[in-house]
Amino acid sequence: MSASSTSRARSRGFALAVADWIAALGGLVMNWVFAIKDVLAFFLHTLRWLARRPRGDTLWPNFYQIGVLSLPVVALTGLFIGMVLAVQSHSQFRMLNLETRLGAVINMSLVRELGPVLAATMLAGRVGSAMAAELGTMRVTEQIDALASMGANPIQYLVVPRFIACLVLIPALTIWADFMGVAGGYFYGVFVLDIDSNHYMENSRNYVGAFDLFSGLFKSLFFGAAIAVISCYRGFHCDPGAEGVGRAATSAFVISFVIILVLDLFLGIALDEFYLMIWPEGTTFL
Amino acid sequence: MNAQANPHEMSTRAASPMIELRTVDVAFGRGRVLRDISLVIPRGQTLVVIGESGCGKTVLLKTIIGLVRPTRGQVLFDGQDLARLTDAELTHQRMRFGFVFQGSALFDSMTVGQNVSFPLREHTQTSPAEIHEAVLSRLAEVGLPESIIGKKPAELSGGMRKRVGLARALALNPELVLYDEPTTGLDPIMSDVINELIVRTRSQHPVTAVVVTHDMRTARKVADRVIMLYPLSRLKPDEPQIVFDGSPASIDHSSDPRVTQFVHGEAGERLMEMRKMAELGS
Repeated sequence: MSASSTSRARSRGFALAVADWIAALGGLVMNWVFAIKDVLAFFLHTLRWLARRPRGDTLWPNFYQIGVLSLPVVALTGLFIGMVLAVQSHSQFRMLNLETRLGAVINMSLVRELGPVLAATMLAGRVGSAMAAELGTMRVTEQIDALASMGANPIQYLVVPRFIACLVLIPALTIWADFMGVAGGYFYGVFVLDIDSNHYMENSRNYVGAFDLFSGLFKSLFFGAAIAVISCYRGFHCDPGAEGVGRAATSAFVISFVIILVLDLFLGIALDEFYLMIWPEGTTFL
Repeated sequence: MNAQANPHEMSTRAASPMIELRTVDVAFGRGRVLRDISLVIPRGQTLVVIGESGCGKTVLLKTIIGLVRPTRGQVLFDGQDLARLTDAELTHQRMRFGFVFQGSALFDSMTVGQNVSFPLREHTQTSPAEIHEAVLSRLAEVGLPESIIGKKPAELSGGMRKRVGLARALALNPELVLYDEPTTGLDPIMSDVINELIVRTRSQHPVTAVVVTHDMRTARKVADRVIMLYPLSRLKPDEPQIVFDGSPASIDHSSDPRVTQFVHGEAGERLMEMRKMAELGS
């Protein structure tokens, strides 16, 4: 074989490899586009059924599962993250002789960011994956088909109560995470790092306002809706078998977590813009 | 049927078949499972659908009640196209169906009593006492004792779960009962009990029934008519997917080797295929 034909064959092979790679990438993008379209359709379907009054016997068990049983884990994470924030921030603020401002930065971080994101992450991990696994098992064992065959709409019966419970309870869990975080930060700052309690609280009050609390709670509503829709969607579209259920549970958490972070960024930007529009002078800690 | 419907409509409805499939295709993604299925099931008939695993029997059953939407063609239930119904209308029509699932599909978060009473609680204004009576009566019909009413499905044997599934399917006195592999996974005695229940259900209630099975004992015992589906992957593009349609007695005299192999449980050319694959593998 001549050198020129070898070189032609090589370049053809390279071109084919690039074409395959582009086709694979295109396939992946198309899969994502179709998946997003499906999730949006599922969300719209849920909203349509939301207009009807949900039944109490489907609602209260979900309120208990999603709200009451999440309290301990949200409390623990809130408490520890408050203390960790105090530990991490203290050395930096001490260098500037601003230890008394610690309360402001800890509580601001908790109320605006960490409280809602942590509560949502805990909800996605504890409740989202459990919902995906439960609904996935119901799909695999034909219980969802059984509901439909008996004239009960599965979206109304299974998704709407979970959606309402997530939407209504996530602000409450966020407040709970905020409270425990504030308490953890205060405890570590005042009793371990020996910061003056009055200064700590005074600075917290001066810098953390109602808008910060609103901002966190507002974001949490989007997180709750995303967790419910993604987890229920993954459960409803679960692959057969134990492996399929396991994959649905894992992906429900992973996708929910990623969406929580993406939403947090964009909602954070939007809320900051909104804040600056109303109070253009802004505030600073230092 | 609406009690206030006019007499002409009522007579038209009564004359129309319970189920009619018109050139139905069903596909999942690129994989077609059913092709050009046309089938008429008259009122009161017990139709048994036989065929090997994966030939589309369960998909056919789910297409009949609108759980699976056909990619082409129409499914008419009592003269109405299910695809054209709104959610509310479809819900109303589904109250006229009873579906016995292969794995029973009992709600594992509910007790036996709650499972059987589910359709009553969902669609009627019956009082709790009347519901309790109805549950007991349904359980007695399928030969189950009152004592299991508070048990969870996980505490029951496979045969009991099947019977609870049948009791739940019959809760609203459906006009059409669909059985998906009712005897699969059961011992021969329990299989015969289930077959007997299917026959008894028909004698006690004026129902149309479609039974999907690969158990020829079930087919012979309960059927008025038998059809056999063949997997599309083994058919030429112009061959019909329903390879047999006749009475249970005539199936033994079929000259089609695909039917006789199934009826007599012979692997036929599948053995040759397996041997060839084994040779290729080695």
